Amino acid sequence: MTNLTMVKAINAGLRKAMEHDPKVILFGEDIGRLGGVFRVTDNLQKDFGTHRVMDAPLAESGIVGTAVGLAMRGYRPVLEIQFDGFVYPSFNQIVSQVAKFHRRMAGAVMMPITIRIPYGGGIGAVEHHSESPEAYFAHTAGLRVLTPSDPQAAYLTIQQAIACNDPVIYFEPKRRYWDKGEVDESVSALDVGSVADPWRARVVRTGSDVTVACYGPTVRTCLEAAQASPDISIEVVDLQSLSPIDFDTLVSSIERTGRLVIVHEASMSGGVGAEIAARISEKCFYTLEAPVIRVTGFDVPYPASRLEEYFLPDLDRVLDAAERAMRY
Amino acid sequence: MDERMNRIDGIHAVQLLTPEGQRVSHPDYDITLSDSELQGLYRDMVLVRRIDNEATALQRQGELGLWAPCLGQEAAQIGSARAMAPNDFAFPTFREHGVTWSRGITPLEMLGILRGVTSGGWDPQARKCGPYSIVIGAQVLHGVGYAMGIQLDGAEDVAVTYFGDGAMAQGDVNEAFVFAAAFSAPVVFFCQNNQWAISQPRDHQSNVQIYERAAGFGFPGVQVDGNDILAVMAVTKVALERARTGNGPTLIEAYTYRMGAHTTSDDPTRYRLAGEIETWRLRDPIERLKVYLARQGIADRSFFDQIEKEGDDLAEQIRQGVRAMVPPDPASMFDHVYSQPHARIDEQRSELVEYLASFQDSVG
Repeated sequence: MTNLTMVKAINAGLRKAMEHDPKVILFGEDIGRLGGVFRVTDNLQKDFGTHRVMDAPLAESGIVGTAVGLAMRGYRPVLEIQFDGFVYPSFNQIVSQVAKFHRRMAGAVMMPITIRIPYGGGIGAVEHHSESPEAYFAHTAGLRVLTPSDPQAAYLTIQQAIACNDPVIYFEPKRRYWDKGEVDESVSALDVGSVADPWRARVVRTGSDVTVACYGPTVRTCLEAAQASPDISIEVVDLQSLSPIDFDTLVSSIERTGRLVIVHEASMSGGVGAEIAARISEKCFYTLEAPVIRVTGFDVPYPASRLEEYFLPDLDRVLDAAERAMRY
Repeated sequence: MDERMNRIDGIHAVQLLTPEGQRVSHPDYDITLSDSELQGLYRDMVLVRRIDNEATALQRQGELGLWAPCLGQEAAQIGSARAMAPNDFAFPTFREHGVTWSRGITPLEMLGILRGVTSGGWDPQARKCGPYSIVIGAQVLHGVGYAMGIQLDGAEDVAVTYFGDGAMAQGDVNEAFVFAAAFSAPVVFFCQNNQWAISQPRDHQSNVQIYERAAGFGFPGVQVDGNDILAVMAVTKVALERARTGNGPTLIEAYTYRMGAHTTSDDPTRYRLAGEIETWRLRDPIERLKVYLARQGIADRSFFDQIEKEGDDLAEQIRQGVRAMVPPDPASMFDHVYSQPHARIDEQRSELVEYLASFQDSVG
């Protein structure tokens, strides 16, 4: 086991994936000599060459659009979008082309493209650098959406995302980039059966009163809330995959607790939490002892950084929601 | 033309003032400025550099979240923006502090955004200056659309849209060129080629000189020594006049250099050589104008000292002003999301206010 930051864990996962499959190529802005603005691809160009770690011209639609052609030619592109708010110029290529190509060609063509996007707030950044756009992609048929919450999960799921023959939008929680954790680098995620299914949710803390479902950056927040909760026993479920969502794990948790609080940074309306609440109200109608409660960012553009602490779900807001759930 | 610059970089940019401060002539471009106008341009550059240095220092001290320095690009920004008429409209990016300064935006209005107390900071309509655009290239299309509006109004204003060499790769910028040409819009495309898009050199975005791209879109392109404020102003005035008189767009490539990091988060030692910076230090835009003003007897030591003093005072005002900026009321994040009442926003605002008040109660 090695103690790694999430940045280093993803870097190690990318390295494993590139060693495993020569068709894996990395493509993005400033990912070569600079190693990416967050250094996630540090040293990979030096070790694998400029033909496998390619600095892209500054054009996100170009990065994703050319990746479609590279995939048709048999490559397995792993793309980096520098920041969440810069994915939109490529939205057309992702939604209309990447997501639909396999279906359009009746399965004759696969789109094994991974699109890595650092996302979320909490780092005091300027506009367009703190957004959580996952709902757009979770809503789009044909895309899979993954988001790790700790270094070990990041190390494994980035390899699984790359190995997946479907396109995967891989959201990296940037305010957890520098969190450290134990990573078992001896395991390759490509040894089928030896590691957890990336599309399954993970119960990261057991509890008996309230299930808190979260993902990416808010998993740590919810774990801290559960730890700080004096009276209410909170079970924390890290969804990890937002498309598909693992409802089996979630339902069995709610069958134990009877209550669900959903936490995400993205705005509430039309968010991932809305989909979960609707499905759970159907699947757990006779089990629920309280309405499903959401703790999310507000329905406003991400605020100027000095206000982000009020926008982001924090420990107090999670506990407040758990208490409200208990009052029913 | 400056032989040394050409020998190093193999370019033929319009130049009226050499790096050594020698006034030279050009067959197509010239400019005549009064002594006070020349002094004003010098003052602008010195003060903008002072703002820039102060902001970088404030970021290092934790007072600003980020800063994108314009160090070295003062002549390109101020020379072009000071060429504009009052009713012309500038569309800047996040690095154009010399442009915003020239449009009358105050340093604290610029720095409030980077301190994270506001997303905007000024009224673009009143100031004839758009917001700092952070998404690369987006504002270039806005500039063309604004120019189309000028045209529809039958007015004689011009839109000037700023961007960098990196933006030349963006679809939005190339579409902006297509639209401007199709409508013969009164717009000036002002590209500061500062040689680096974060870690990527210019030739990764454009395999030919940037100004040459204009020909393919059907309008003229011109390359100017971006560290020569006289040449920048002369070239911009011609492009503005061309647009104003219904002759359509021009692409100006101001050949310059990003002396600082991309932003205070960046570490350029990872991707470029220190020698390059030394080469460009010899082409400093402020120094060459200073030499020219002194040699011509347009300004003397007391003038330079006075500008220096003005810079000191401005820096002090900035330090105090930034430190005095407090975070706005949390409920203000719900302001201006819509221009008309919106039930969901009103509901969430009340929820946040009530939630925050619950802490007040428990404390009191």
